[in-house]
Amino acid sequence: MLQDKDRIFTNLYGAHSPELEAAKKRGAWHLTKEMLDLGPDWLCDQIKASGLRGRGGAGFPTGLKWTFMPKEVRDRPHYLVVNADESEPGTCKDREIMRHDPHLLIEGCMVASRAMRAHKCYVYIRGEYIAERHALEKAVKEAYEARLIGQNNLNGWDFDLYVHHGAGAYICGEETALLESLEGKKGQPRLKPPFPANAGLYGCPTTVNNVESIAVVPTILRRGAQWFSAFGRPNNSGTKLFCISGHVNKPCNVEEEMSITFRELIETHCGGIRGGWENLKAVIPGGSSVPMVPAEQIMDAYMDFDTLRDLKSGLGTAAVIVMDKQTDLIKAIARLAYFYKHESCGQCTPCREGTGWMWRVLERMVKGEATHDEIDTLLDVTKQVEGHTICALGDAAAWPIQGLIRHFRHEIEDRINRYRLPRAMVQGAVIAAE
Amino acid sequence: MALRRFDLDAGGSSFAFKPETEEKIAFWRGKYPADKQRSAVIPLLWLAQKDNNGWLSEPAMREVADRLEMPYIRVYEVATFYTMFRLQPVGKFHVQLCGTTPCQLRGAEDLKEVCTKEIGKPMHVTDDQRLSWEEVECLGACVNAPMVQINDDYFEDLTPETLSGILSRLRNGADAKSGPQVARVNSAPEGGTSVLTDPALYDGSKSRLAELPNLPGAAAPPPAPPPAPKVEPEAPKPPPADDLKRINGIGPKFEQMLLDMGVRTFAQIAGWSQETVVSIEAKFGFKDRIDREKWVAQARMLAEGRIDEHDLIFGRGKD
Amino acid sequence: MSDTFKLNIDGQEVEVPKAYTLMQACEEVGAEIPRFCYHERLSVAGNCRMCLVEWEGAPKPLASCAQIVGDLRPNRDGSPPVIRTKGAYVEKARNGVMEFLLINHPLDCPICDQGGECDLQDQAVAYGRGDSRYDENKRAVEDKNMGPLVKTIMTRCIQCTRCVRFVAEVAGVEEIGMISRGETAEITTYLEKSLTSELSGNVIDLCPVGALTSKPYAFNARPWELRKTSSIDVMDAMGAAIRIDSKGDAVMRILPETNEDVNEEWLSDKSRFVWDGLARQRLDRPYVRRNGKLQAVSWPEALDAVKAALSVGADQIGVVAGDLIEAEQAKAALDFFRSLGVKNTDCRPAGAQYGLSGVREHYLLNPTLAGVEESDALLLIGTNPRVEAAVWNARIRKSWLWGKLKVGVIGPVADLTYPYEHFGNSPTALDSEAVRAFFKGATKPMIIIGEAAVCRSDGEAVLAAVLGLAQNVGAIAEGWAGYGMLHTAAGRVGALDAGFVPAQGGKSTGQILDGSVKTVVLLGADEVDLSRLGSSTVIYVGTHGDAGASRAEIVLPCAAYSEISATYVNTEGRVQMTTRAVQPKGEAREGWAIFRALSGLFGKVLLYDTADELRGVLRGKDGENTPFSGRGYAPGAKGFAALSAAVPASSGAIGNEPFGRSIDDFYLSNPVARASRTMAECSALATSLDTAVAAE
Repeated sequence: MLQDKDRIFTNLYGAHSPELEAAKKRGAWHLTKEMLDLGPDWLCDQIKASGLRGRGGAGFPTGLKWTFMPKEVRDRPHYLVVNADESEPGTCKDREIMRHDPHLLIEGCMVASRAMRAHKCYVYIRGEYIAERHALEKAVKEAYEARLIGQNNLNGWDFDLYVHHGAGAYICGEETALLESLEGKKGQPRLKPPFPANAGLYGCPTTVNNVESIAVVPTILRRGAQWFSAFGRPNNSGTKLFCISGHVNKPCNVEEEMSITFRELIETHCGGIRGGWENLKAVIPGGSSVPMVPAEQIMDAYMDFDTLRDLKSGLGTAAVIVMDKQTDLIKAIARLAYFYKHESCGQCTPCREGTGWMWRVLERMVKGEATHDEIDTLLDVTKQVEGHTICALGDAAAWPIQGLIRHFRHEIEDRINRYRLPRAMVQGAVIAAE
Repeated sequence: MALRRFDLDAGGSSFAFKPETEEKIAFWRGKYPADKQRSAVIPLLWLAQKDNNGWLSEPAMREVADRLEMPYIRVYEVATFYTMFRLQPVGKFHVQLCGTTPCQLRGAEDLKEVCTKEIGKPMHVTDDQRLSWEEVECLGACVNAPMVQINDDYFEDLTPETLSGILSRLRNGADAKSGPQVARVNSAPEGGTSVLTDPALYDGSKSRLAELPNLPGAAAPPPAPPPAPKVEPEAPKPPPADDLKRINGIGPKFEQMLLDMGVRTFAQIAGWSQETVVSIEAKFGFKDRIDREKWVAQARMLAEGRIDEHDLIFGRGKD
Repeated sequence: MSDTFKLNIDGQEVEVPKAYTLMQACEEVGAEIPRFCYHERLSVAGNCRMCLVEWEGAPKPLASCAQIVGDLRPNRDGSPPVIRTKGAYVEKARNGVMEFLLINHPLDCPICDQGGECDLQDQAVAYGRGDSRYDENKRAVEDKNMGPLVKTIMTRCIQCTRCVRFVAEVAGVEEIGMISRGETAEITTYLEKSLTSELSGNVIDLCPVGALTSKPYAFNARPWELRKTSSIDVMDAMGAAIRIDSKGDAVMRILPETNEDVNEEWLSDKSRFVWDGLARQRLDRPYVRRNGKLQAVSWPEALDAVKAALSVGADQIGVVAGDLIEAEQAKAALDFFRSLGVKNTDCRPAGAQYGLSGVREHYLLNPTLAGVEESDALLLIGTNPRVEAAVWNARIRKSWLWGKLKVGVIGPVADLTYPYEHFGNSPTALDSEAVRAFFKGATKPMIIIGEAAVCRSDGEAVLAAVLGLAQNVGAIAEGWAGYGMLHTAAGRVGALDAGFVPAQGGKSTGQILDGSVKTVVLLGADEVDLSRLGSSTVIYVGTHGDAGASRAEIVLPCAAYSEISATYVNTEGRVQMTTRAVQPKGEAREGWAIFRALSGLFGKVLLYDTADELRGVLRGKDGENTPFSGRGYAPGAKGFAALSAAVPASSGAIGNEPFGRSIDDFYLSNPVARASRTMAECSALATSLDTAVAAE
């Protein structure tokens, strides 16, 4: 278990004040000017050395991403845009940072902006997080008033931070859709290339980072890259906020060491699986977009990028959705399919048409009202969506279904059989070899 | 998502922002470059919706378009794309019920039944204009599932009973306390957490670091600091007695009986296991009452100092 | 760094510019890439996903329309990246996309107007499955109103957004959008308001399926039963390339053809939808007014009546050529009347103060229509190209959109679909510091004056001032003739080139029509003021029962532009020919032939017996350089020499009267348009909306 002294988010549960003075006592805004003075190269190098990988789901090395920004500012200003559009089902970690530890985020924004030579930062927060937005705005105001940020601030790097909000669209968590939305348009992802580092917000060089990725930066710099990289297995360093929901006794958010085993995570913080470990059926370990892992594979697995990738799933946002044996898995995945259908932006064909198709088939499968070869058709449809869309929403819609069929095909078949056998004669249907 | 169209009849022909909203409009517009004012469209539509009883009418949308000098079709696209813009009237309290899998796994479907029973079909406004509801997608409070958002506030860790209670309070003009409806602090585990208890995290010692590690030109990274010396915990002093009558269901008689048994604090009750409950009930001579009246949950809440919340959910008790 | 990049496409090595899209590169080696959303004149959307190709080693197939070649990487060993446009991998991807496109597309091809010319239909043959795996209900989408021209059947829509991009980018009016999202996304105008663009019909061509079709053409014909005739449009002075689709003797529809120099591939709504006017209110036989009423007569009777009416002495005859006159008719009529000694001939509007200098470049649009894409500063004087040459206006917009062009205007304020600097309303603004500053630093200045701006009492002085300005700001230089006149009438330049102006001492249009001559001959001239004709006898030669015919004593029917192969010279001086698509109506004759016949009656037989011989005369002898000698060609920068000459002195001074509008109603600017029900509907709608187009 991670020791308290090594926790970055020391006000995760809001037991203490989120305000500036209390945040400073917890270490925020300490030596910030010194960090900024060391300049972009040092900042990028430290973050690279820390092994920090993006906390928004894709796990791309954060320091490396920063270096994609142009090395000097030309005619177009640079922007940092923070992705606080936390909408991935299962995920609710950035929310805690914004309402309870907002100063870590603001400080992180400033440091990251320095690293990419940006003087302006927008934080795009999902529209539903109204209390969180107010909390963040309040902290921003405090930071301005204390002259920690703003023009001619005490930290010596002109820096403006603006909070922007969305209005209900999961797709705006995709970085280019987020930029479109921030520009006042529908959140439809852009074609890439050009990547945001070349042409992002308002056509200017832009880096989009997740809230958690940015908020951990100042602490990493204060404690040293080695401190951070010492946690977790190689290539999976650091501490990480886990969101454990579903069928555990005590769902919660917690900051833990990367590569903690699933069992330790659940036992230490969540009071165990509802009905005990033998009652565990499957786990979606990284937010709704990653395929589920059956109980026997996940129980003692390391919760990190590489292990979960090898299990044909992913760490994603570290949103762990636990499902016990009383769960109707087909229904759970059908509900996710509905989610993706609902959230598809409608721009490109495979996602617009495929998400609805997949959901409708799954809804029938929940009742068993399908045929066995439709399982293969469904799998084929997921493959026709996957990899053929503009953004990753198509993949995200396909993977949970692939995971279901991969591990629990027999359940779908049983359901179909149960539905069809009593009806076969009534309908006069012939069920051959099924 | 269903087809989204303006309710043109209900929207009337005109809309004006409230005078006090102008300051907010200026605040939002000030965030974006002068030639990129279009960026303010979502915040302004949101303000318009607030000023229009919680839904966005067609004249309100046009007002925003005119202010930002945007073609109507572009604002129309935005208003229909983002689902928080409601294009038809809603109740004074609009319930957005999260139905996505993490909430579904913990009982969101039962909550839907509550809403259907007490309000009606989705987007139906009750005759008293006070309530309406719809199912929405993941609201990002999954460890507090199941949950709903009512206007601006999250109500978490719901059961059909607690949701029903909240709805009836709102319907009757009473306030309802937002946040988790069980004994827990925000997203901490129910019943308290074992982490973030080290006082050194909060006493300012974290901000006494002399200089940053890994300064350029510095030698190899300093060795890991020696492990902190273990401090032997002092023997705990007995805490002062709480007013156990604050727990709804405990009157003076039960309080005395509890004190006689050495039960002095909320924290003690909060820590009761199922066996303890059974044995106490046996002593008191009743059955299932402690569970029914949720003494343990109440005690946990009171022990954490969440007095208002306790009173809101359980009432003040017989003090 | 090299500007080119090597690729291996389907086993063929090819080197293409780095700026190419992968789709262009694939086409370079002859690979066919299917597509729906991609259109070379619109921004890249990349949303249909039909153009996927394989890049060996990449985790996913690439949308070739959106992939810039320069963004690809060579293989590790330095060999060019391997692209495959065929094979199982690509087929699977495309078949998948096609299946998705079809699951919610209705199976209503038999009743769909797009049938037979539908991209989806065609590509479904190549990439579609034989059966459907989709057992759910198909999506139905409510149809949307888009006005009198564009019919919508939105269930067929595949959300390619070509129409959205066209109206926003090319037409410059943001009126179509995609609302809602996901599978409920719908294409619509704002609350189903009608489109107000004068280019709206192009979305019908752009729509790859049958979602947007032509409302006037609905259910009229199938593409395979139509006779297709390439021709030239005459609704404005651009001379857009069109295809006239006809069935029997009826024009069923008009579509644009591609002419990069003129209309690219767009067409204005007037040019596209005017065709019902070709069948209505037509003059299909000769008439003579008897007892106050026009009575149908035979051709010999009519010609006899004409002979009588023309026996009043040459100075008592005046001839006015109208806007749609073809060069052949102008030439034959001019030759005929000159043989009678008639000097009072004019093809220009009343009050015109140009065209007599003998310098052709003074009335041509010398920088050429396409030249606006090279220009960096354009000054429009007394002209509104949005109504006078709608398609060209889109090209100006394009040039502005690319960030190359700034625009200035002297004249009435109007919505041109792009921003401009306004220097005032009257010609006095020509001599101003602001205008000179506007051109400062411009390398290819362009100054365009509307014809109407020189049809006023100070027109000569205005023209001189504009020519002078052009010389002063560097608009006239070797290789660049930046001065031009924008005409509104398709026949004007051809008639001017044929010499259809008053002879020495002859009267001009205004004077001919003021009641001072005994016999007035109107050659399709309906846009002139006929109220002062007094007791003049009027002979009307034309196509439609419009203003001229109703005033006339004698009416001679002639063939419309769809019914003859005739020469038109566009505003650039580009000589082009229409092609006969259908037979002339009833007894109508080709215009030139009427005067050939009359010349026999007067014993002054013209020297040509066929239209070809007449065109030979217009072209001149081999090696001779006449305005008609090159076909399809605009002199353009060659006008530099003539325009460099000293500007002719003008007799008067510039006045300060504001410039007026040249066209009152875009949709009703000529007799064919006025006969069209579709145009009437558009006009009524535009007037009621008081849109930019209608208000002119």
